[in-house]
Amino acid sequence: MEQRTWLVVPLYNEATVVREVIATAKKTFSRIVCVDDGSSDASAAEAAAGGAVVVRHPINLGQGAAIRTGLDYALRDPAADYFVTFDSDGQHRVEDALAMVQRLDSEPLDVVVGSRFLDKRTTLSPIKRLVLRAGVLFERMSSRVELTDAHNGLRALNRHAAESITIEQNRMAHASEIVAEIGRKKLRYAEQPVHILYTDYSRSKGQSVWNSVNILSDLFIK
Amino acid sequence: METQFAIKVILIVVLVAFAAFLMLPGKGARHLALRRLSMLLLLVVLVVAVIFPSLVTQLANFVGVGRGTDLLLYGLIVVFIGNSLVQQRRHRKTELEITRLARLFAIENAPDAATVFAQPAPSPGSGTGEETDRNTPSVR
Repeated sequence: MEQRTWLVVPLYNEATVVREVIATAKKTFSRIVCVDDGSSDASAAEAAAGGAVVVRHPINLGQGAAIRTGLDYALRDPAADYFVTFDSDGQHRVEDALAMVQRLDSEPLDVVVGSRFLDKRTTLSPIKRLVLRAGVLFERMSSRVELTDAHNGLRALNRHAAESITIEQNRMAHASEIVAEIGRKKLRYAEQPVHILYTDYSRSKGQSVWNSVNILSDLFIK
Repeated sequence: METQFAIKVILIVVLVAFAAFLMLPGKGARHLALRRLSMLLLLVVLVVAVIFPSLVTQLANFVGVGRGTDLLLYGLIVVFIGNSLVQQRRHRKTELEITRLARLFAIENAPDAATVFAQPAPSPGSGTGEETDRNTPSVR
């Protein structure tokens, strides 16, 4: 099953950590594509050194575009059945990804989405928790997809889901767009409790809550 | 307060129309035609206003604005906002096209996905890393 799974890792200026992230994931998943989104540091070389194949955007397009590129690339492998979107900064755990793929393999599901809020392990600042809660409410109302975590980068998709989900939001709004697409394309989905490793590194690079404003305007203004 | 009622209604209606325009998907030919027609209309109005300044004042009084210059200022603001919206939409469209182009370019320049991991690499990095490096110059 691991041989039929591709890890899709959007990559932007993570040279200090990406090699180790890839090397760790590589112990479980042999097929990893890093989509280097026009990094200005050595991210691409580091990812390749970790054992990933690197697809390079000639210019910076944003994480949504990088995920779509990675999916399109992995779909070209006819042996690929499962696709996992995985962050390059080391905040996702490989065992969570594996458990999600196992569910795709054994249950009648198209998508398994990670959630931080199905158990109490993940601790967040109150304001961040509030913003994420608001995001969840908004997504439930606009897409009728019932998820508990609005912006979790860890997702497992089968071939049908990977082919049908459209991502036109280049920047961070793609996460909401993917949820909307799950509803629109009537994909069978489930949530998986995952643990996010908030290291000092990932926190320092983490999203500002101001981004919620940008995400909303990206979604509404055509 | 009451005297400015007409201009308030007009301005709000126009601005709401802009907002609706912003949310609705655009249709190519009609969109372009409407934009060109409104541009033409604007030019005609402007020429008339230059030749007969008193008409502007009369119109201003009619809709409840004191002076013609105030009406012109309102008009200018409305046109400016409308123009910004059109530019923003066009910018988004261009962005989408560039994205498609760049993504296709990236995938075409990458090694074949079906075979890149076909033979297990002897050690992490050595096999696939070379594969990637070989392709790097063509991407740059």
